[in-house]
Amino acid sequence: MITIPYLTALTTYFSYGLLFAFGQLRDFFRKLIDWWHASNLQGYAPICLGLEDFYIRRLYLRIQDCFGRPISSPPDAWFDVVERVSNDNNKTLKRTTKVSRCLNLGSYNYLGFAASDEYCTPRVVESMKRFSPSTCSTRVDGGTTTLHNELEECVASFVGKPAALVFGMGYVTNSAILPVLIGKGGLIISDSLNHNSIVNGARGSGASVRVFQHNTPSHLEKVLREHIAEGQPRTHRPWKKIIVVVEGIYSMEGELCKLPEIVAISKKYKAYVYLDEAHSIGAVGKSGRGVCELLGVDTADVDIMMGTFTKSFGSCGGYIAGSKDLIQYLKYSCPAHLYATSISPPAAQQIISAIKVILGEDGSSRGAQKLARIRENSNFFRSELQKMGFEVLGDNDSPVMPIMLYNPAKIPAFSRECLKQNVAVVTVAFPATPLLLARARICISAAHSREDMIKALEVISRVGDMVGIKYFPAEPKKEQLGENRVKLE
Amino acid sequence: MVEAMDTFQIDTLNAMASAVMNMVKAASDWMTFAFDFPFARAVVFGVHIGGHLFVEGLLLVVILFLLSQKSYKPPKRPLSKKEIDELCDEWVPESLIPSITKEMQCEPPVLESAAGPHTVINGKEVVNFTSANYLGLIGHKKLLESCTSALEKYGVGSCGPRGFYGTIDVHLDCEARIAKFLGTPDSILYSYGLSTMFSAIPAFCKKGDIVIADEGVHWGIQNGLYLSRSTIVYFKHNNMESLQSTLEKVTQDNKRAKKLRRYIVVEAVYQNSGQIAPLDEIIRLKEKYFFRVLLDESNSFGVLGSSGRGLTEHYGVPIEKIDIVTTAMGHALATEGGFCTGSARVIDHQRLSSSGYVFSASLPPYLASAAITAIDVLEENPELITKLKQNITTLRKGLSDVRGLEIGSDPQSPIVFLKLKRSTGSSSDLELLEDIADRVLKEDNIFVATSKRSKLDKCTLAVGIRLFVSAGHTESDLQKACDSLNRIAAIVLSI
Repeated sequence: MITIPYLTALTTYFSYGLLFAFGQLRDFFRKLIDWWHASNLQGYAPICLGLEDFYIRRLYLRIQDCFGRPISSPPDAWFDVVERVSNDNNKTLKRTTKVSRCLNLGSYNYLGFAASDEYCTPRVVESMKRFSPSTCSTRVDGGTTTLHNELEECVASFVGKPAALVFGMGYVTNSAILPVLIGKGGLIISDSLNHNSIVNGARGSGASVRVFQHNTPSHLEKVLREHIAEGQPRTHRPWKKIIVVVEGIYSMEGELCKLPEIVAISKKYKAYVYLDEAHSIGAVGKSGRGVCELLGVDTADVDIMMGTFTKSFGSCGGYIAGSKDLIQYLKYSCPAHLYATSISPPAAQQIISAIKVILGEDGSSRGAQKLARIRENSNFFRSELQKMGFEVLGDNDSPVMPIMLYNPAKIPAFSRECLKQNVAVVTVAFPATPLLLARARICISAAHSREDMIKALEVISRVGDMVGIKYFPAEPKKEQLGENRVKLE
Repeated sequence: MVEAMDTFQIDTLNAMASAVMNMVKAASDWMTFAFDFPFARAVVFGVHIGGHLFVEGLLLVVILFLLSQKSYKPPKRPLSKKEIDELCDEWVPESLIPSITKEMQCEPPVLESAAGPHTVINGKEVVNFTSANYLGLIGHKKLLESCTSALEKYGVGSCGPRGFYGTIDVHLDCEARIAKFLGTPDSILYSYGLSTMFSAIPAFCKKGDIVIADEGVHWGIQNGLYLSRSTIVYFKHNNMESLQSTLEKVTQDNKRAKKLRRYIVVEAVYQNSGQIAPLDEIIRLKEKYFFRVLLDESNSFGVLGSSGRGLTEHYGVPIEKIDIVTTAMGHALATEGGFCTGSARVIDHQRLSSSGYVFSASLPPYLASAAITAIDVLEENPELITKLKQNITTLRKGLSDVRGLEIGSDPQSPIVFLKLKRSTGSSSDLELLEDIADRVLKEDNIFVATSKRSKLDKCTLAVGIRLFVSAGHTESDLQKACDSLNRIAAIVLSI
């Protein structure tokens, strides 16, 4: 739960109100001017209704240069951001040939595998020459190579489950697995801040979906009891099965999920647990095995473990790990396995090599060093930011740290000022976060050195003073949260 | 005597009549008094009060009394904690997955080398008809070179979604190259072929819109249509009369149809049957009934048309007439991912509202550079397309009278689809076909695939054996395949 001071809430509402009013005014004049020109749609309804993209046209386009910045080098600790210019007031942006070397605080590069790596890249190139960039075929037809089988065994043993299944894209993994496991007559209970892929998968399955308060096991228990007692809506028949979907690290909050309590409650009420470790696999835990290792939960208690390889392994794709029977059944019926091209072989080799490095099987201790470094870096950065007075969310040990901005005008201010001083940050606003709670999200990587982080802290502190986001006093005093705050979730 | 009696009776009658008259008069007096009552006037404390106020006061009292009564609701008795505990204990969920049957346990063959026209399975070299490598670009030298340099420069993954520093300059170059090749204003890259359609459709079709789709479309499109929550009507597979009658019915039935967005969704070459959609007919119908067309060109890009620009070139239709074109690049272009092209408005809208683009990491840069190189190779070597067309014709000729199987696909389609002549419509069809495919692989080293259906797939078209023809196959490969299939089908299907 994030609490927002009264004054900030008022000014944020006022800012949005002003932007909205100006947007409506401009729309009104646009309608008047366009009335003169005949519409050339000739009998077709417009492909995008005016109301649907009001937010895009009037609010997002003003700050469009803060998003979608192209880069021309690998997303390592330092990278080259391509500069863009706009001749028509930010409506379209054109690339220039100038680049600026910036510190990367935005890419998901937790263990530093993003650029070419001394162990992984030669093996990846070799596998590409052997198997070519794509198999052009689905897994069940002719797309399974020895590399795919090796990858699945490797992932299963890394995660701690008997078997695993790998797909070419993490988003598709969620969207295609949930409809297979549960259908009409089932109940999915998901955390209120779950990712869009889980929401899509849940909707596509046809089961009823209910939401419980973010990371609150007591509310989960209440929801479970209520729904099991009541049964299916209107017919009151008992539910066929219940799946509880949670994430390991929530990417917009940086919080770890309260996994032991949630697993205990689900076991008590006989619900199945589906854990999405997109951000936490490889990044947390003593040997990088994710939230289960960090919080001491036995992997046999979690029925279905899902994760992606984009963040910590520097590759692409997603996996599902579970019992042998579960994986066998999914291989037979999951549409993503039957209809989609198999994961690209060089990407598969990258994952295998990355796992070997993390486990130390390549003969060096780089893996253990990386894991120790990311933990130190995250804790150091977070404590320094809090000492400076920023409002930082998230738990200790999590490499994702959002800094609250709240006010819509501070979003482009923070982003552009940081870029001028060669630090690239990511700012997130509505609709990825609630309207009032805009934030800047920092992702720390094992590739950042101490000097990089100190420089980043200096820049952020300077820009923070300029923009005015140090909501707390400079020394940590947590008893500030009192009567004059508005509680928001 | 009689006169006395009569007088007595008359007197009694008179008395009764007058009594009744008196009662009636009293009643009418009383009624008049009651009716006049409201008009009565009195002076109380010097203020004139009309008598009607008493009637109104009485009515007000009655109303207040009725309002204050509790309305009748059946008594609600919420479940007590103990009862909920009991229900929770009693409830037994189904198991997460149904029990594993024998057919679920078969594993596909494992390749030990690249999935080109020839590949190695279990140490033996086989002729590969299962990969959709239509132009034979797997293993092409230029592709491998550009991928190697991209891998060494950028690493493998792009580590972020397109909005947050995941846009690498090769992505922008690839989008521009595709748009230039096809002649459209702009294009947008997706990181996976399957997610292209099921992210593009919900961005444009919302609740209440009307979508008319072919019944043979693949699962990605079906899922996208389901997620969009619009009204979906299916028409018979590749049947233009059915399409016309459906369009007629939908526009007539729905009075609001003019204000809604209406779409027709078709594939250029259907993955499930190998048929080719008659685009000129569809354009004619679309213009007559004011629908927009969404075309999935996964299996026709790089194959149809004299320079490989797809179905629009094949039929001579200008590409501006198709509103949205999507393609999965995992077929002719020998890389992974997908793209979508159309007018600038269509593409810009997807950059913020397509969930598979916004919420997912971007395509790995080496695959984007492979796509650029593949298009370059295709433009420089149009003879690949003619070779592919020749191969298709040769194969079809050789398979034209296989015992028990008939060719169900279009003569120009790169997917040669063999159906059973006499199908029972049950799962024994699939068993027969799988038996044929297994034997062909074991005995003659030809690798073919049967069509697989997931239980979530709504498509009800016939199953069959699919052969993906490639420009890299040689005459002898095709000859071997024809001989083998002829022989094995004769053995298996004559029983």
